[in-house]
Amino acid sequence: MATATQLCTFYLDDQLFGVPVAEVQEVIRYQRMTPVPLAGPEVRGLINLRGQIVTALDLRQRVGIAHNGPARQPMNVVIRSDGDVVSLLVDEIGDVQTVDEADFEPVPTTIPEEQRRLVRGAYKLDGQLLLLLNSREATAPC
Amino acid sequence: MDDLQGLVKDFLVESHENLDRLDDELVKLEHEPESPERLASIFRTIHTIKGTSGFFGFGTLQSVTHAGESLLSRLRDGELRLQPDMTTALLALVDAVRDMLAHIEEKGSEGEEKYEALVVRLTELQQARNAASEAKKREEASAADSQDAAAEAAMCWSTSSARDCASADLIEGGSAGAEAAAAERAALETEAGEATGPQVADAQMGDSKPPAESHRKMRSEAAEPDAAATGTAALPDARPAGVPATAEAHSDLEADPEAATAALPPSVEEPLAESASPNRISRLIPAADRTIRVDVALLDQLMNRVGELVLARNQILQFSAQSNDPALVSTTQRLNLITSELQEGVMKTRMQPIGNVWSRFPRLVRDLSLQLKKQIRLEMTGKETELDKTIVEAIKDPLTHIVRNAIDHGLETPEQREARNKPVEGSLILRAFHEGGQVIIEIKDDGAGLNTERIRKKAVDRGIISVEQSLRISDREAAQLIFEPGFSTAETVTNVSGRGVGMDVVKNNIEKIGGSVEIQTTPGKGTTIRIKIPLTLAIIPALIVTLNDDRFAIPQVSLSELVRLEPNAGKGIEFLQGTPVYRLRNRLLPIVDLGTQLELPSALECCRKEGRAINIVVLRADDREFGLVVDAINDTEEIVVKPLSRMLKSLPIYAGATIMGDGDVALILDVLGLAQKSKILLEHRHGAACPSVEDSSDDDQSQGSLLIVSLGSRRYALPLQSVARLEELRSGTVEFAGMQEVVQYRGSILPILRLDAVLGVPTFLAPEDRDRVPMVVVQAAGKSIGILVEQINDIVSVPAETIDASQRDVTTASTVIHDRVTDILNLTQLAGYVSAC
Repeated sequence: MATATQLCTFYLDDQLFGVPVAEVQEVIRYQRMTPVPLAGPEVRGLINLRGQIVTALDLRQRVGIAHNGPARQPMNVVIRSDGDVVSLLVDEIGDVQTVDEADFEPVPTTIPEEQRRLVRGAYKLDGQLLLLLNSREATAPC
Repeated sequence: MDDLQGLVKDFLVESHENLDRLDDELVKLEHEPESPERLASIFRTIHTIKGTSGFFGFGTLQSVTHAGESLLSRLRDGELRLQPDMTTALLALVDAVRDMLAHIEEKGSEGEEKYEALVVRLTELQQARNAASEAKKREEASAADSQDAAAEAAMCWSTSSARDCASADLIEGGSAGAEAAAAERAALETEAGEATGPQVADAQMGDSKPPAESHRKMRSEAAEPDAAATGTAALPDARPAGVPATAEAHSDLEADPEAATAALPPSVEEPLAESASPNRISRLIPAADRTIRVDVALLDQLMNRVGELVLARNQILQFSAQSNDPALVSTTQRLNLITSELQEGVMKTRMQPIGNVWSRFPRLVRDLSLQLKKQIRLEMTGKETELDKTIVEAIKDPLTHIVRNAIDHGLETPEQREARNKPVEGSLILRAFHEGGQVIIEIKDDGAGLNTERIRKKAVDRGIISVEQSLRISDREAAQLIFEPGFSTAETVTNVSGRGVGMDVVKNNIEKIGGSVEIQTTPGKGTTIRIKIPLTLAIIPALIVTLNDDRFAIPQVSLSELVRLEPNAGKGIEFLQGTPVYRLRNRLLPIVDLGTQLELPSALECCRKEGRAINIVVLRADDREFGLVVDAINDTEEIVVKPLSRMLKSLPIYAGATIMGDGDVALILDVLGLAQKSKILLEHRHGAACPSVEDSSDDDQSQGSLLIVSLGSRRYALPLQSVARLEELRSGTVEFAGMQEVVQYRGSILPILRLDAVLGVPTFLAPEDRDRVPMVVVQAAGKSIGILVEQINDIVSVPAETIDASQRDVTTASTVIHDRVTDILNLTQLAGYVSAC
């Protein structure tokens, strides 16, 4: 009997990514951020989330997708990772998908190197690949 | 079974506290061996542990403490006099108990070690005779027994478990003696725990006398009543007729503890009238009822809530500031007051006296001084100085290491000290006090001091600094080198200290909690280590500044002053080789541009371009001051410090972040990190050492610093205060402006003087013949001058008076420094040699 997992999915450009729903604290719209000088390009800033200060990570930057995408404001996927609360800035939010372990495959070699580190594997869905994000790697200090 | 676990846990916690206190008391006892109060107190502590361990079935623990108790009993009764070997054995007992407790904590059992040797030793020591009369001993013995019983009853009373008290009491038959003893015991116990069960069981195990017998004794030999005690806790008492009630009481206990207790107090008065005990139990105010044990996690939660409240209050303050509604304004003020008081109160709950950490030192000093055969006197002032609990935890190890170092390496042996005409007994003084929002802890010894020469050499050997740097840096900076990783000048790595991993870890640990450590030493005289720690980490007053439309917070504790430079004011920011400085009351203040540091538009530039006033925030890091230029200065606020996430923690210039009144996030600057990044402070003291511009602000105001240079074999000195930089002039860069030799230096023209030419001494190698010539850039008579010398040697401290005198007189003053005759140059006079350009 194949096991099913639920993933919260989002788009970076046209690529679909997902994180286990258990890791996701909330999904909210664009929030005003305070920039952190000297922090590196992936750190877009700090968000005040109901009194908690959350670091906002530009996931496109992290994953290595060029910023020639749409200029609209990113959405926040707030995740818990290793005791930290971090917000991933993504282009668009997808649906919560239930995926079957049977469809899981290790990272395809067609994915560029920087992305491969940040991705645990991929689920084959109808017509597209859903990349499972390695949130710990993604939120590790660079 | 859970109950039992809980009881064991309580027993462990309580016993640890007691053991710590025992260490301290035993050491103190050595100094006053006759003190009956101390002996009695120590006896009771061991007695408790013995009793409780019996209940839990910890046989070894029980037998070991029993041996100790017997010895103590004889000491307390005056049959024996305390000798150092007894103290050592008793301290060994404490250690053994600690080990066993640790084992119990981890594994649930006592462990294999039987400590037979220790038990034998303790028993042996009991046999020693002394001159006290036998009769006296016998008389006191019976009183002691009654005290035992009293102690027994008293012990359990300190808890809130009335039923146990009542029963133990009734069994023991303790009465008035119990009262006074109860008072004392209560004072010793600070917790209302459930460890009383053991006391009851102990009594039941027949460790003490049969109830009736001791009971009778109690009636006739009541101890002196303690007036204070009477008034407090409802005391256990034993009705004379209470013995038959024992069995009854036992069965009743579970059902009706209150009634049993309530019935007791009145009869206490009866035996009070009699007082016969020769051993007075000291009057200690029962503290049990005034304290309560709280889980630290709960306090943390409270602190967080209060932090949130502070933020919300800040927001409301903002709204109310914009409102005209008087009701709102006055209510907000009230809210403001209450929040501040609440905040203070909650912070106090976490405060612990530093004495808690220091309590281990008397024993440590005693043990070490015996081991190393040194005589050391320990003085501790300011034990009651309070610190947040987390800080107390964090400095335990660093302080211990520093103390060990001082004893091991700092203080000399009695023979060495005598040879140096010092008192044979070395002194180690610990001081703690509050000052300016910080706690200062000083550890001062009058030992050999640090050998800065050896430190410089060692640092060069270890590759920590270069040879030149080792010559340029001041003694003070040289001393700080010991905090570098991998540094140890101890010739032999002893067990006690000197493995070379100590001081840098100490510094790290202290800086981790936001503190700083510095060291001052005088060779031959001693060393002082000073630790500064901020009082609180969570909610701090801060200055809010703006840069590039973003707000930043600067902790007020690092703030010295604010300076505002109007755009067209006469004095402005000057540049020395591209580095901005500002002359603040005759001191050169290095200027740091926050914009540049953060890789944002330069604040100085912006102000200049827009013709705005320049705002300088004068900050202090590690005793160096520098000025931070920002766009605007807002106001001071109390902010809640929130830690940054993992990703950002490694950035040294940020200490955290906070939420402003309007909900925006602002970063909190780490002043120390900023100073290091902008090279005001040398990161790990690497890099070219620039003589600190305000080295004159040494802690000891009567000292000043001189830079020593040489021409051939002649030595000259310049007041370090006037020295801006040490440079090397490359050949071929000397040009002429009119008749004056100059060089292009940091964007401006610097007149240079050849010292040999000026002083008329034989010329050393001309600049043209050497690749690089050392040049000292000084400030004299309002201008910068470069002085060419043959060699830059050293920086030394001399009495300030010497420097002052040299600058006043027309002729140069001479003095002897490091066994060489040295002329101190009069800079004003030198400046006169610069022809007007």
